Amino acid sequence: MKKLFSFKNGVQDGLPICFAYFAVSFAFGILVTSNGLSILLATVISGTNLTSAGQFEGVMLIFASSSVVVLFFTVLLINSRYLLMSLTLSQYFSENLSTGKRLIMSFFITDEIFAVANSRKNGLCFKYFMGLSITPYFGWTIGTLLGGLCGNVLPETVQTAMNIALYCMFIAIIIPPAKKSLPITITILISLFLSCCFYYIPYIKALHEGLKFMIVAIVASAVCSLLFPLKEDEIKEGESV
Amino acid sequence: MKYYIYCLIAMALASYLPRVIPLLFFRKQIKSRFIKSFLFYIPYAVLTAVTFPAIFYCTGNIHTAVIGTAIALLLSYFKVNMALVALICVAVVFGLGFII
Repeated sequence: MKKLFSFKNGVQDGLPICFAYFAVSFAFGILVTSNGLSILLATVISGTNLTSAGQFEGVMLIFASSSVVVLFFTVLLINSRYLLMSLTLSQYFSENLSTGKRLIMSFFITDEIFAVANSRKNGLCFKYFMGLSITPYFGWTIGTLLGGLCGNVLPETVQTAMNIALYCMFIAIIIPPAKKSLPITITILISLFLSCCFYYIPYIKALHEGLKFMIVAIVASAVCSLLFPLKEDEIKEGESV
Repeated sequence: MKYYIYCLIAMALASYLPRVIPLLFFRKQIKSRFIKSFLFYIPYAVLTAVTFPAIFYCTGNIHTAVIGTAIALLLSYFKVNMALVALICVAVVFGLGFII
């Protein structure tokens, strides 16, 4: 019987995400209120969406008084990568995990929470996942509220420097497993190459960001799955941070 | 007012549906070796796509961003804790912002 991580383990792993989220959502709160919308709206959006790119793009459309249908499909497209994360997570849990728990935990799937949960897949359970999610959720929501209330208290130089925090966390999550596994390194390199192509090459760079993420991730993973299909023991073993 | 409420609902649904549908409906362990491998590689592929090359433009100064990225890669290679990596990189980018 494998040892499962506890709620407390989850909280410990979630704290760094919480701080980074606080910084980013603070900026979100400032953005929304400085464009004349209410602090309440900003906070409720953060509390019900819990996603950065989708929210930023969503409020931009609201500022532009876009139609609700366009808003829905744009945010859906940006968030489509969560389909892949949710599908990956579904394989780490027992068939018997209740519907209620599935409905609750899926709300908290974000890039960062997913990344950490994935690195703990050997002992992943509902309790750990909720511990992992709880502080980032409050960090995100309260950060938005305080950002809206305080406005530009932070100098812009601090704010822009903080933008790099979440990306650095992603790097810290993907590099250690890549060191141990050549196929993971190759997945990362293919994804890096494709992502740059979609960013710089004329015409295809005009594609929607959410769509780019999906295409890049699916192609990179599919290529590596064909080149390096997992052996039975690797499927069970997995990586850990 | 009504417009904002519709917007709220639309955004909340668009954020929740992609997260809940797979987890709710894929209960059985997937048997296909290809799909298992695919899901094993997906996290690394998605996170890389989200991070690069966006990280180079996130600080408004490509020089500080590239140095920050290099430091993040170096620290991660030596398995420094991810919170510390983020903190050091923010501090470095902030400090360099005054110089470069």
